[in-house]
Amino acid sequence: MALPGDYLDYPARRHGMDNPFYGWEPAALRARREPACGLKAAATIIVPLEFFPLDPPMKPFRHPGAMVTPYPDLRHYTSRDYGNRVGVYRLLRAFAEAGITATFAANARVASRYPALIEAVLSAGHELAAHGVSTAHIHHEGLAEDEEQALIDETRLALPDAVTWMSPARNESFRTPGLLAQAGFSICLDWEADMRPLTLQTPHGPVTALANYNELSDFRLLVERAQSEDQWAQQIVEAGRSHLSLFGREGAGAFAFVLTPYVAGLPFRISALHDLLAGLKALPGLQILPARDAVAAFA
Amino acid sequence: MTFSDPNLYDYWPYEGRPKITWPGGKKLAFWIAPNIEYYEFDPPPNPKRQPWPRGNPDVTGYSQRTWGNTVGHWRMMDLFDKYSLRGSISLSVGLIDHHPEIIEAVAARNWEFFSHGIYNTRFSYDMSEAQERAVLADSIRSVEAATGQRIRGYLAPALTHTERTLDLIAEHGFWYSCDLFQDDQPQPLKTRTGKLVSLPYSLEVNDVIAYSVQGWSPDRYTDILKRHFDQLLKEGEQSGTVMCIPLHAYLVSQPHRLSPFEEALKHICAHRDDVWFATGAEIAGYYRDNFWDMAISDIAARGGARPGTGFSGPEREAGA
Repeated sequence: MALPGDYLDYPARRHGMDNPFYGWEPAALRARREPACGLKAAATIIVPLEFFPLDPPMKPFRHPGAMVTPYPDLRHYTSRDYGNRVGVYRLLRAFAEAGITATFAANARVASRYPALIEAVLSAGHELAAHGVSTAHIHHEGLAEDEEQALIDETRLALPDAVTWMSPARNESFRTPGLLAQAGFSICLDWEADMRPLTLQTPHGPVTALANYNELSDFRLLVERAQSEDQWAQQIVEAGRSHLSLFGREGAGAFAFVLTPYVAGLPFRISALHDLLAGLKALPGLQILPARDAVAAFA
Repeated sequence: MTFSDPNLYDYWPYEGRPKITWPGGKKLAFWIAPNIEYYEFDPPPNPKRQPWPRGNPDVTGYSQRTWGNTVGHWRMMDLFDKYSLRGSISLSVGLIDHHPEIIEAVAARNWEFFSHGIYNTRFSYDMSEAQERAVLADSIRSVEAATGQRIRGYLAPALTHTERTLDLIAEHGFWYSCDLFQDDQPQPLKTRTGKLVSLPYSLEVNDVIAYSVQGWSPDRYTDILKRHFDQLLKEGEQSGTVMCIPLHAYLVSQPHRLSPFEEALKHICAHRDDVWFATGAEIAGYYRDNFWDMAISDIAARGGARPGTGFSGPEREAGA
């Protein structure tokens, strides 16, 4: 089948970005950014609290952590559930021992199913962010606006105080950032377009994107790439060191990475997790902050 | 109609559970589970899963597994003897007929058997209730006839299940299931009848996950086993934990892997003061006798108890 005649038309071909949310601001050509609070670099730990149903829809695509074998895939259901029952409590213990706070991004279904977990997160002083309805509710352009709005409404109802949002599987439609702004979310963890907080302009006001590095995610490195626990920890510490090293030239930076309860919370990963947290804490001038505080430091 | 939540167990946060102490005041219950499997050369098709990825015959896949029985399993028995370890055998029950010499060698060592189905190439998907019952009855009868042992554990063949599998296991007088991976401690399962314990089978440190899924090197697998053990032993001071090493001779007993693996056993066996070396039924039996009621009342006290039993609760929700 032949391509349409306009296939080589390029309507957005001009200087700058082809998305409506942010402009073109190359790192080497922009002003230094030095927050008044003296921050040099911020690292944010994101802990997703996810519900993986036994019978997920495979549209618009299979969530990376979703069921694999034919129904009933008890193997993957229980392996994921391990995170919410056991793994996350190891992460909470490690954070308490290191004296740091993180951003826990919860599905609405986790909030309703496991109130004890939400209580444990809040009572330890962590930020509770919204992470959509569940892993079976992926935002995508194939949804009508009212369908996507309903997902955000259900999440907002379950997590009324959250200011930070991460979409299930970090997937969006073209309209997601605007709907988030309208629902009162001011921070988004889906985009990773810069190494300092980046303002997304939407028809309903701004949302700040804090770079959530997919290439540092434990699922990516340890599950999909089968890298070693020590390599995983070293790369995250190196990202922190690299951000700090640029302070003199470019000013303060910020980044986030994901620790998944059913990945990082396994027994054989806890010693590397302690090394990772100790390595970040040992970097002079780097602060480990929840997303809400990291973004506020740049305000 | 499908279920979003199997409702086989209730939510139970790891933090703050009442203390488990294993016999002799031990902190960690350790068991080791060699899978002695039989994969058929020409298995029948199953509508949900093709037995061999390349179709029948799959000579590399098939012959590697027969190597496991001809060579690998014997090497593993020698290694366990050296460390006085008793295995809990996840048995393809059909192997009793093909290789009775293996069964005799295992039984002579007073190891335990549990059922892993008849063949690892016959899947539970789409079985009728009568067929599933036949597999369980065959498993109990065949192992008892060959060894005198009444089996108490079950691991579904190739980890394939139906909605009724756990209920049927419980009804047939089994004590433990190795099919669920939600915890590092045992937990009562919500079956219609019986008293079935979910026994941690540590899938993430299974040699199939290590070698066939993750592609770890032998040294890395040993390193991970040591880290896993060290962490669970440390946590066992608060409340007793369980670690299993599920193995397959066709993988771990390969000439380039067995010696690195021995280093992990050496490390674990150097902690005999703190570790209860047991079999599946010994751990599950002790748990049923001492901690079953405690677990149920703690879950209820913490608000986790939900009504119903497996695949019959209120969570039915088509397509999420």
